[in-house]
Amino acid sequence: MKEQRHTCTLRVNGEDAAVVFAVHHTLLEVLREEVGLTGTKHGCELGECGTCTVLIDGKAVLSCLELAVECEGREIETVEGLMIGNELHPLQSAFADLGAAQCGYCTPGILMAAKGLLAENPSPSRDHVIEALGGNLCRCTGYHKILEAVEWGAAILRGDLASRPPPEVFHGDRIPGEEVVDA
Amino acid sequence: MLRLPVFGFYQPSTIEEATRLLAENPASTRLVAGGTDLWPNMKRRHQVAETVISLRGIAELTGIRETSDGGLAIGATTTLAAIASDLRVGESYRALATAVNSISSPLVRNSGTIGGNLCLDTRCTYYNQNEEWRRSIDYCMKEVGEICWVAPSSPRCWAVSSGDSVPILCAWGAEITLVSKDGARTLPLAELFRDDGIDYLSKRPDEILTEVRLPAPSGERAAFWKLRRRGSIDFGVLSVAAVGWCGGETTDRIEIWLGSVGSTPVRCDESIAALIGKPIDEDTIAEAAALARKGEGASPLGNTDFLPQWRGKMIEHYVAAVLREMAGLPRERLAPRHQR
Repeated sequence: MKEQRHTCTLRVNGEDAAVVFAVHHTLLEVLREEVGLTGTKHGCELGECGTCTVLIDGKAVLSCLELAVECEGREIETVEGLMIGNELHPLQSAFADLGAAQCGYCTPGILMAAKGLLAENPSPSRDHVIEALGGNLCRCTGYHKILEAVEWGAAILRGDLASRPPPEVFHGDRIPGEEVVDA
Repeated sequence: MLRLPVFGFYQPSTIEEATRLLAENPASTRLVAGGTDLWPNMKRRHQVAETVISLRGIAELTGIRETSDGGLAIGATTTLAAIASDLRVGESYRALATAVNSISSPLVRNSGTIGGNLCLDTRCTYYNQNEEWRRSIDYCMKEVGEICWVAPSSPRCWAVSSGDSVPILCAWGAEITLVSKDGARTLPLAELFRDDGIDYLSKRPDEILTEVRLPAPSGERAAFWKLRRRGSIDFGVLSVAAVGWCGGETTDRIEIWLGSVGSTPVRCDESIAALIGKPIDEDTIAEAAALARKGEGASPLGNTDFLPQWRGKMIEHYVAAVLREMAGLPRERLAPRHQR
């Protein structure tokens, strides 16, 4: 059977990307291979691991199970679009500060799932975070630091720096999210 | 990359256009909405198609509306997330929201649809594996193989019906509409399913499931419980739903349905007969739960997660738990917690 090809403009991270791809290609394949955004990772590619999570129209979905041709005219957001100018997104800085990544392969998907959660619920409880990240597997961290980092990222986003994560997550005397001032 | 096979793709915008396209070659065409079941199956080459028709562009298939008799009609391509968060569902059909919210993970529920969950392909340990694995056992009868590896002397396939919205919708007496080029027909949801792992739906290949309708609430109480290994992602290995109508002290009408125990959802006929006309208390619950385990069709085989004997035993515990929740009796937690 001959490949049916499709030409369109996808809206990725607020920019238009003109792409040509076969209609049976998933959004994951097109993002990585045509648009050149390899921040979105490929894991199981069967909808079981969550590392390919992106936001489509603000909702966290699995890019391995979305056809790119169906994403025309929709707002796609990947981990590359998280940064605000040259500043890390508060979720990213919280993940970095709290050491919520080890090998880091699941991190882009978790960041996007967390962003999807915070858009709906800026002050999620621990149960809400666990529920929202229920589709994202991490084989390194044991999840505790990830959950703490999402809560801390949410607190920074709310401007609520008083609600710190539990003291056991601090290593050294630096408070995550606060600026480091050299003496 | 695990890639999809090549296929022709159509995005009709009306039901008429979709049924016309589907009628051209129904045997080699597949319908897709969320894609969370079809795409993994096609990536692993379980399911093949020359043509795939997406139903997502058909506006009239999406959304939840109130029907003239006071019930709810849910369009087939309404996402599971939209159903679980719908206020009308949460208020009058809370157990349905619980069931829908227990399906896979939040990421899948954002794409997956109710129509897809009802038509979910049956599952089996010897089938839901990658192509190399299946080739090494010379496939099974659900594909191109000769035998059923779960029950090698069996003439039929025993793959499991795992749609978690199925038992609760059957218990509520939901109806569905199937539309083809030649017209529409309405049937009780329970009649959509056939007790065969291969030919598991009575829907013809040229028909499209367009809508599922719930009857108006009439003072019933309902509960849904599900068993699986983890609290997310995994397919259920047992789901139990009950809906009961109690006038006074005694039960006027009750429906108890099991999912993921066989190739079709199972109605617990003996348990239901034992409860009608009686109050729901410790004694009747114990009797109904024991009957549910012995009932026809409720005999799990070794083709999903966990040992079949243990899953059989859990039917009793889960039916008891569902009835206790329905009756407002205290109950212990038996499984991973699902958000309600």
